[in-house]
Amino acid sequence: MYKTLIRLTTVLALATASAAPVFSQEPVRIGLITTLSGPPGYLGEDMRDGFNLAIDSGDGKLGGIPVELLVEDDGLNPGNAKQIAERMVRRDNAEILTGIIFSNVQMVVAPVALMNDRFYVSSNAGPSPMAGARCHENYFVSSWQNDAMHETAGIAANDAGYGKAVIMVPNYRAGKDAVAGFKRYFEGEIVDEIYTKLGQSDYAAEIARIRSVEPDMVFYFLPGGMSINFLKQYDQAGLIDEIPIIAPMVSMEARILSGVGEAALDMRATSFWNADLDNDANREFVDEYRAAYDREPTPWAAQGYDAARLIASALQTSGGKVTEDPEAFRAALREADFEAVRGSFEFQSNQHPVQSWYLLEVQKNDDGELHLATIDTIVSEHGDPYVDDCNLSR
Amino acid sequence: MLLLVEQLLNGLQLGVFLFLVSAGLTLIFGIMGVINLAHGSLYMIGAYTGATVTQASGSYLLGFLAAACAAGLSGVVMELLLMRRLYARDHLDQVLVTFGLIVFVNEAVTMIWGRTPLFMDIPQALSGSVEILPGVPYPVYRLAIILAGIVAAVGLWLLIARTRIGMLIRAGSTNREMVSGLGVNISRLYTLLFAAGAVLAGVAGAFAGPQVSVQVGMGESILILAFVVVVIGGIGSVRGAFVGALLVGLVDTLGRAFLHDLLGLFLPPAEAAGMGAALSSMGIYVVMALVLIVRPRGLFSVRPAS
Amino acid sequence: MRQHSLRILAYGLVLVSVLFPFIADAAESGYLVPTASRILIYALAAVSLNLLVGYVGLVSLGHAAYLGVGAYVVGILAFHADAGSTVLGIPGTVQGLLSIPAAVLLSALVALVIGALCLRTSGIFFIMITLAFGQMIFFMMVSLERYGGDDGLFMYAGPNRLGALDLSNEWTFFYVCLTLLAAFLLLCRWLIRSRFGRALGAIRQNEARMTTLGANVYRYKLAIFVIAGAGAGLAGALLANQASYVSPDMLHWTRSGELLFMVILGGSGTLVGPVLGGASFLLLEEYLPVGFGAAGLETLKEHWRIVFGPILILVMLFFRRGIYGLLTGEDRS
Repeated sequence: MYKTLIRLTTVLALATASAAPVFSQEPVRIGLITTLSGPPGYLGEDMRDGFNLAIDSGDGKLGGIPVELLVEDDGLNPGNAKQIAERMVRRDNAEILTGIIFSNVQMVVAPVALMNDRFYVSSNAGPSPMAGARCHENYFVSSWQNDAMHETAGIAANDAGYGKAVIMVPNYRAGKDAVAGFKRYFEGEIVDEIYTKLGQSDYAAEIARIRSVEPDMVFYFLPGGMSINFLKQYDQAGLIDEIPIIAPMVSMEARILSGVGEAALDMRATSFWNADLDNDANREFVDEYRAAYDREPTPWAAQGYDAARLIASALQTSGGKVTEDPEAFRAALREADFEAVRGSFEFQSNQHPVQSWYLLEVQKNDDGELHLATIDTIVSEHGDPYVDDCNLSR
Repeated sequence: MLLLVEQLLNGLQLGVFLFLVSAGLTLIFGIMGVINLAHGSLYMIGAYTGATVTQASGSYLLGFLAAACAAGLSGVVMELLLMRRLYARDHLDQVLVTFGLIVFVNEAVTMIWGRTPLFMDIPQALSGSVEILPGVPYPVYRLAIILAGIVAAVGLWLLIARTRIGMLIRAGSTNREMVSGLGVNISRLYTLLFAAGAVLAGVAGAFAGPQVSVQVGMGESILILAFVVVVIGGIGSVRGAFVGALLVGLVDTLGRAFLHDLLGLFLPPAEAAGMGAALSSMGIYVVMALVLIVRPRGLFSVRPAS
Repeated sequence: MRQHSLRILAYGLVLVSVLFPFIADAAESGYLVPTASRILIYALAAVSLNLLVGYVGLVSLGHAAYLGVGAYVVGILAFHADAGSTVLGIPGTVQGLLSIPAAVLLSALVALVIGALCLRTSGIFFIMITLAFGQMIFFMMVSLERYGGDDGLFMYAGPNRLGALDLSNEWTFFYVCLTLLAAFLLLCRWLIRSRFGRALGAIRQNEARMTTLGANVYRYKLAIFVIAGAGAGLAGALLANQASYVSPDMLHWTRSGELLFMVILGGSGTLVGPVLGGASFLLLEEYLPVGFGAAGLETLKEHWRIVFGPILILVMLFFRRGIYGLLTGEDRS
């Protein structure tokens, strides 16, 4: 499939032949390209800080190997991101790229790493083409495949016994994927599908539509600020107590919760991780994160941290050799021999994770503070439906 | 039928809110002849200040005043440092300087407040909903916004049509030299006027705070809408901005509410939903283009085009 | 004297451009070649916008739309070539000799329709109506679900071939961009010096007078609007090939704003000004954070826009003649 990419690689390899090889005493360079500006800037901030936390707690080392983290802001501009990636790979000799938040940026950056025989470890986006027919031996997703958070919302809705659902998503690719993912598992009836605008701030018309069809529940996928807009207005319309919500974690995490406040009470969300998950690695992560950055960790921070720890485990096994001995490093990554803060973690043959998904609920503790509580395990060992289209064998 | 009435009301409410945002813009636009892309930044400053002060003091009123002051002050600074150099320049310069200003303010806000969206609650007195029609509860806060918008519209109209300041403003927009010849300090008048426009934007931001996410970039999403409103209405016309705002609010809301049903009459449901969403997101721009094609200076133009 | 040194500077710049890949390679900085190609492409787009802004005084805030249309034509044709399907009965292709002219043609066509409507207005209304049409096309691309919607469209088969040339070769691609930019500049020079160009200049000076002289001002403006749209379409077609990728982000209104900046930064109403402007803008955008990082200013590296914004403002306020004006001492604005 990457025939042309391989051809290109040859050209690029010639062009970079003059670049010096990495010596073992030099730190392994990791390029973290993420979104630090604009409305979604907080996602990138958490991603970076989570990743850095893992490096800091190893005193500048991952898996005992010194690393240097190069951080750049992609500004949500694929063209710029490509240039940054070229610079990181070909000038700075970054051997691993990671950190990208958005699928559209990743679709441009990942090929830069792959064509130059570097590794790409996705700590957030997991677009479906790259999980199926376009999978690649040097491309790993340590977060989740995009569909999983929506599929598990469908399962959670079945578990709760909801018969009639309204789906609301933005009218773009990720939104359509969300609809497909939810429908793949939901057994009830979809009474209305509502498509909203990119960056919409007023949801009165949609809320009226929801009320008029009297569903048992609403499944919506609106990232970040759009979710805050919707939830505030949904609450003001008095619907939050009448028609319950299940949403994926991109629509409800610690930062969004602090923006919405009590309006989000009792709302449920699906996630692969939560701050209250009961395992040693997670307790350590949450404590250290709070101490270091003075804010609540989000899934993005956990993803950055886990990506770093995954890379650490592979660096340790391979003795810090990445592009020098790609087979060994690749094999070590596939093993995924690390304590993930999310608990269990394993790769499928397409190098996307199999993991548990949890149902979270916004609750108020005794001090009156709002927080997300894990109330159920929706499914364990959940993978993705694209794995069979990928021809990587283990 | 009830749904239609409710959606009409939603459209009206969005329109009135858009009027609040664009009233300041059209004033500055029409009277001083300046395009201010950073109007959205003033709106954002209002929302951030409003949210911060409200949360710290627990008083919505204080938050509101602080929002007005912060936006007004920012407006004064902007006018003194930048805008007054732009009155004589062409629109291109104004567009680009204020574009640079957006970049700056967004980053400054990120540095001051961080990246987490701020929380702003609804005032207790305005929470909850009332049943305006049988079976149709309507949020009190949205009704309050409608009221505020109407108060602002009437206030502005009175100010411009009935007061001495309004007379000076009207005179100044047509003949700067003559007004300054009358011994009026026109540059101070302009500074004040710009500050007034900024205060309107800031107040709109504070109003929006409990309803939308208070975050960086919130200004740009509303800015383009505000420009559409001002241009449809005819630059500088408060009446035009009001009509334009209602038109945009109604077209946008009704498009989102009913277009898919309409298309569903001749398309399969999935396609109708997608197409409906695509068309409704383009709707207001189509309306604006149509208005300009038929009336190249907007509905109620009070000022020549350039 | 001044003229003389300018000429030397100009020849120097041309020489550096032509030899750039060799220079970069010798300096072990081969990674800069794609960056340079991207600069040439944006320069081409800025030059096309300058035809409107600089020579006729038409400020379009929707010029990125034509860039996007051009890019999408290349992307969509490549998509169908890959899938073996057709679009409106036309089979896909990755042959640049077909796709690039198609991109230019379609953007010209879109510019014709939009221009025909927009040119009924003037001044601020023209700015706003071009913005409105730009937004319409932006939202249209976002809703093209088949072609990736907002995720955009990745050309898995890689960049086009151009006749026998393989555009996936960075050097080849660079020289193709350079040649096309040079050709477009020559075309613009010829246009501006032609009767048509002089008529446009007269319209810019005094539109009313031209109308009374019996010229069909509208038709002149429409013609240049279409040519500018076609130029941007060409740039878009190249941009798609540069990244093997197209996305609606290329058409966002802020991209139109950036193109305007490039024009002014370089010097509007001058032939090579926008080229200098495009280069400076992109280099500033990329190397401002890098520079702060190298200087150890971590806060500024992260928040480089706090400096970038004021730079843009100061340029507009005090260097309105642009880089070209600074170099020549001429004031053409």
